[in-house]
Amino acid sequence: MKIQKRTIALCIYFGFLILPIYWMLNMSLRTNADILGNFALYPADITFRNYIKIFTDPTWYMAYINAIIYVSMNTVMSLAFALPAAYAFSRYKFIGDGQMFFWLLTNRMAPPAVFLLPYLQLYSTFKLMDTHIAVALAHCLFNVPLSVWILEGFMSGVPKEIDETAFIDGYSFPRFFATIFIPLIRAGVGVTAFFCFMFSWVELLFARTLTITEAKPIVATMTRTISATGLDWGLLAAAGVLTIVPGGLVIWFVRNHLAKGFALGRV
Amino acid sequence: MDKWPDNRAWFLVLPAFIIVAFSGIIPLMTVVNYSLQDIFGPGEAVFVGTEWFKEMLGNYRLHAALWRQFLFSGLVLLIEIPLGILIALAMPKRGWGVSASLVILALPLVIPWNVIGTIWIVFTRPDIGLFGVGINSLDLLEVPFDHTAKPLYAWITLLAMEVWHWTPLVALLAYAGLRAIPEAYYQAAKIDGASAWATFLYIQLPKMRGVLTIAVLLRWMDSFLIYAEPFALTGGGPGNTTTFLSIYLVKLATMQFDLGPAAAFSLIYFLIVLLFSFAFYQALLNVGRGEKG
Repeated sequence: MKIQKRTIALCIYFGFLILPIYWMLNMSLRTNADILGNFALYPADITFRNYIKIFTDPTWYMAYINAIIYVSMNTVMSLAFALPAAYAFSRYKFIGDGQMFFWLLTNRMAPPAVFLLPYLQLYSTFKLMDTHIAVALAHCLFNVPLSVWILEGFMSGVPKEIDETAFIDGYSFPRFFATIFIPLIRAGVGVTAFFCFMFSWVELLFARTLTITEAKPIVATMTRTISATGLDWGLLAAAGVLTIVPGGLVIWFVRNHLAKGFALGRV
Repeated sequence: MDKWPDNRAWFLVLPAFIIVAFSGIIPLMTVVNYSLQDIFGPGEAVFVGTEWFKEMLGNYRLHAALWRQFLFSGLVLLIEIPLGILIALAMPKRGWGVSASLVILALPLVIPWNVIGTIWIVFTRPDIGLFGVGINSLDLLEVPFDHTAKPLYAWITLLAMEVWHWTPLVALLAYAGLRAIPEAYYQAAKIDGASAWATFLYIQLPKMRGVLTIAVLLRWMDSFLIYAEPFALTGGGPGNTTTFLSIYLVKLATMQFDLGPAAAFSLIYFLIVLLFSFAFYQALLNVGRGEKG
């Protein structure tokens, strides 16, 4: 009986989690006039007009493509830079390692709002404004430290004897790293990639500040729609639903490692 | 695990250092530069020393935003940590329910932050939102529910949104901590005839100490930096009642374009965060030690 009570409570909580998302889905399947005119718990006449508009209007669908471009760039960059650094932290003792590790963490914790103005100046100076690489670089500020931390957690779980044996067997460091070590921590690499993807995908402030039109991502397009003339709730809801889809798809693959990633590799 | 002493490891760290420094150190230097000058236009700046810092430290709006921030972050922790633990305790331990629960739990975490705001706008608006229309049709409240009109309602909506968004993180961490407890501990407790409460207090809670430390600190830090969700939901209003530190900073910097004071504020903000980061770092190191020992 006790277990059943728990399950009911859990189901109520999951209902609380799903309800707002369901409500947005409901709105996205109705026309704006219908939303404002009638209050309905479920869409009576399902219309895909909002989705069709997003998929046919370049300012909308390009915004998704822009976001996917810089998120992918950021994920690749973060992993490429973080993998060697994490290996160094997990295997070697060197001058300033503790300080360096702490300094990396402070960047993960730094308020993005602090960096807003200098970024405008910095990226204009380098002629990077309104490019995908600018946002990808800016997101490295928190994703590289995060990746180093998560990967270091996973790497420290691999016994050092493996490295020693490989070096005795005559493996060069790059060959050992690419063919033996990375496959050993592939779960960690996958989780790290997921976290880079996620934090870059959900971030708004940098993405909005560093882009104007060419690289404008979906999150920025949505806020600008809010402040522009007359709101189309249905369209806004459809755009919102589509931003959940990529994340929802990838959660499935990393579900068992999520907690370890959130704990910065330290569970 | 003993580490190999070798300073050549710096070469492995260098690329990461350079890329983070580009985004982290150069801009910070610019902020320091701004904070010490009065800038009238391109090439026209006067060195003003610590004037902006004095001005910002005495600024009552900054104080108000800071207290608001502490209140918000404090409330967030008070609600999310116990709720997260309860959810983790209620989650299934095996079978298909585990995967299903994990996926549902993680869903709010991958939604872009301003979309979270959008979701809660359409959910709570008094004209089209399920919650807004629902609560007003019950006719219980003296003033009809509208999160843009009454500060209390704006706060409740923001807190509900924050709890909705981030409690799953606490639950995921607590669940991971619970899964790591060996079955033998529970068997021993059963033999001793321990109650569920005693089991929780003397076995589960101590064993979750590490993950809960991480959860508390992550939630504290991230709620301290909150920007996109209140920006999308309330824009800092009604009035300034939900203007948290980041929102105030962005207003100051981009709307009024007061570069000097904004920069001084940035540095004060950054120092506060740095202090917490240091506490976080120490706590994390202890977590690592506790696991190994």
